[in-house]
Amino acid sequence: MFTEQNRNAGRAMVTDSIAITFTLNGATTSIDVSCTHTLAKVLREQLGLIGTKISCEQGECGACTVIVDGKAVNSCIVLAPEVDGCEVLTIEGLAQHGELHPIQTAFIEEGAVQCGYCTSGMIMSAKALLMENSDPTDLDIREALAGNLCRCTGYQRIVRAVSSAAKKLQTVDAGSMKG
Amino acid sequence: MTEVEYVGKSIRRADSVKKVTGALEYTIDSNMAGMLHGKLLRSAFARARIISIDMAGAQQMPGVVAVLTASELPQPVPRFGPVIADQPLLASGETKYHGEPIAIVLANDEDTAAAAIRQIRVEYEELPAVCTVADALRPDAPLLHPGGKRHDGRICDSNVCGEFEFKWGDVDQAKRECARIIDDVYSFPMIHHHALEPLSCIAYPMDGGVAIKSPIQSPFILQRVIASCLGLELSAVRVIASDIGGGFGGRGYPKLEPLAAYSAMRTGRPVKISTSLDDGFFTVRRLAATVSIQTGFDSEGRIVFQDVKADFLMGAYADACTRIVQKAGFLGCGLYRTPNARIVSRAIYSNTVVSTACRGFGMPQLVWAIESQMNAASRLLKIDPLEIRLRNLPARGEVFVPGDTPADGDWREGLKKAAAMVGWGDPKKSNVGRGIAIGVKTPIPASVSNAVAKLCADGSVTVAVGTTEMGQGARTVFAQIAAEVLRIPVEQIKVIMGDTTVAPFDLATAGSRSTVTMGTAVMAACEDLLIQLGAIARELGVIDREEDAEFANATIRGHQGPISYGELLKQYLGTLQGEIVGRGMFQGEKDSSHPLGGLSDFWEVVFTSAEVEVDRATGKVAVRKLVNVSEVGLAINPLQARAQEEGGLIMGLGHTLMEELVYDESGKLLNAGPLDYRIPTAMDIPTIETHLMENRDGPGPFGAKGIGEGPVIAVAPAIADAVYDAVGVVIKDLPLTPERVWSALNASGRGGKNGN
Repeated sequence: MFTEQNRNAGRAMVTDSIAITFTLNGATTSIDVSCTHTLAKVLREQLGLIGTKISCEQGECGACTVIVDGKAVNSCIVLAPEVDGCEVLTIEGLAQHGELHPIQTAFIEEGAVQCGYCTSGMIMSAKALLMENSDPTDLDIREALAGNLCRCTGYQRIVRAVSSAAKKLQTVDAGSMKG
Repeated sequence: MTEVEYVGKSIRRADSVKKVTGALEYTIDSNMAGMLHGKLLRSAFARARIISIDMAGAQQMPGVVAVLTASELPQPVPRFGPVIADQPLLASGETKYHGEPIAIVLANDEDTAAAAIRQIRVEYEELPAVCTVADALRPDAPLLHPGGKRHDGRICDSNVCGEFEFKWGDVDQAKRECARIIDDVYSFPMIHHHALEPLSCIAYPMDGGVAIKSPIQSPFILQRVIASCLGLELSAVRVIASDIGGGFGGRGYPKLEPLAAYSAMRTGRPVKISTSLDDGFFTVRRLAATVSIQTGFDSEGRIVFQDVKADFLMGAYADACTRIVQKAGFLGCGLYRTPNARIVSRAIYSNTVVSTACRGFGMPQLVWAIESQMNAASRLLKIDPLEIRLRNLPARGEVFVPGDTPADGDWREGLKKAAAMVGWGDPKKSNVGRGIAIGVKTPIPASVSNAVAKLCADGSVTVAVGTTEMGQGARTVFAQIAAEVLRIPVEQIKVIMGDTTVAPFDLATAGSRSTVTMGTAVMAACEDLLIQLGAIARELGVIDREEDAEFANATIRGHQGPISYGELLKQYLGTLQGEIVGRGMFQGEKDSSHPLGGLSDFWEVVFTSAEVEVDRATGKVAVRKLVNVSEVGLAINPLQARAQEEGGLIMGLGHTLMEELVYDESGKLLNAGPLDYRIPTAMDIPTIETHLMENRDGPGPFGAKGIGEGPVIAVAPAIADAVYDAVGVVIKDLPLTPERVWSALNASGRGGKNGN
């Protein structure tokens, strides 16, 4: 059921590239992306944001997790043109003015970092969870991280780090409400 | 006991900020100007004759610079391997396993290389393959390497690549006199390492030689193998080991690097080969094993003899496997006092993915059998599993493997601790059970580690080591050791790792050895700096000629008060040219009469206990609690040590409950990828508790022993014993999948509803 208009849109899709504009870590970003390139590839190769890791490239391991419009997504299975008009947050956007985000600090303090390859994705999944649920149970945390594989840590310290970050953020929020 | 300021403390990981901000650059994140991208075409069959390869479609694509198959390589095709050089750069004539690389496309960009791979047409003639121990040993089995050399230098006349025998006492005599003999066969599946960072490497031409950047655990082994494979001098090969996104042994030995190095030298351009997680399944795995054990006991439950036959199933090429099979076989009686022993371990080729070192280096396979056997003895002799182990564990100082290092820990205490932590003997609900097991391994005997420490003019220090950082935290541990010796703040120490042109020789980042071996070398290099500083101070008259130098707070105590290291260097060398260099070396004890070439530097020993609940209706094993007690001597960084031990337990949980590479009869790998091959997720983990036994009785710095591999070793037998304790079934094959447990329950009439 092609109208003239979306037939043109269809034609645009088969050309090599498309211009998109989105918010990346708070800054408006306009670039041309290949229609066949994933968000992960564009972030890493066009925008130089290597903090988003690639591993399985099929949405199974979670290493490439970023947040799009408040939801954690596997950026290896999101086509770059899909984020046109969206708000994208990557690991590089988490620390503010050189100060680590409480989740990042908690990962260090709890010993939740080993080889580091899953860490960016883990932290982004944790961030998405805490944006939705400021007081998660351990089960909530495990469920939120179930799509992020880690072979080094055995997960316990990661779960603990997310839990401790949630508590710290609650204190910060409570403090700022009082203030 | 010396007062320590930096060791024994959970100092923040040196790389932690880079890792939580995503700033750490792994090899796969790196690029070079003018770089070509290499993509591999992998064999569609396990064993097949390559009739023809049509590359025209790929070669014609714009952006493709070269398409290489074995025919385009020098003849005979260069081969590589850390022990036996049997692996060709690309499959030559016949493919030997499903997924073996048979062509590489080199193109200006990754998309083009990937698209060109799809244009290559290969005509195969499929041939029969062998994928199990039984098939590989059949008298009429096709040989993987007819005319190839075995470990002992003989020509292969079967698929046995290495065969090792260890014995003491008189097993045959003991067998005749023993009334209580347990005779069983245990199997351990093929496991994939499943590091999250995919394999990748970048090679580039360098002064008539080649440089390779790679996430490699053992840069000096890679340097040697590439030099030998490509006919270069060692000095013409530079290896830069980048920090690794998960090693576990899978990054120990060369994989794609020799092909990348050849491609770079051939094209004169940098070449990057990058892969995805799936490719790893076609590149590395742990050895599978079938272990037959006869163990004889006296009426008190003491071991009289052990007769062990361990058949390890290798992949299509030897990699480090003969060494693994030899070394594991040597400890084939486990940690137990065994007066009469005979162990035969064999390394057997098959048409499956190349097997290599994997956390525990052959010991998880053997310990699965040894410890399951102890559980069988406990049932037969009606002695508690804890008690029967206590009766057979050597006391500190007792020799338990003739000719090797005596027991170097309080092992009975460790075992009791693991039992207490899991609530051994406490009342429990129905379908709940507890199990316990002991893991052991040796580091690499007679190995060498060197370190260089440079004291800069401002008093800061650079330590250069050949160790690679792969998450284990070596960079932090070495900085702590250096800070302790030099009495300077840990932040002032930079540790440079794994570059063969910068760091002096180190054998390997493997075998839980680095804290002990490289730690000792770092310590010695820093002590060398102090000796030099003392000599300088005497020469300058800062202290008397006969006086011992005293160091504290980055200063040396002189007659006129403390002088900083930097100030001392300035006085001695002048303002613009300050630096002194310290050297340190560790060399393990060599012993030519020892079957492994030297004594064990220490014994890496763990005690693992588990509590499980089994669902009788489905066969699902829910592990409630996993406990690990490690004999560590001293934890240089307790937080890192505990974290690493926890990770080892969960890696062990994976091969215990769910992991197994599955091949069909034709030799096709059916579950190559994270979708079909499941490792534990955050939803699968039990409560984990670890305890570090610190008696400062290790040979390493400040009494440290090595850690890291241990906790993976004994998880399976501990859980299997807990399953028996819960529902009364004995399973001898891993993994303990619901299907397998359910079948065992139903075969023994114990299935059905819970609460029976």
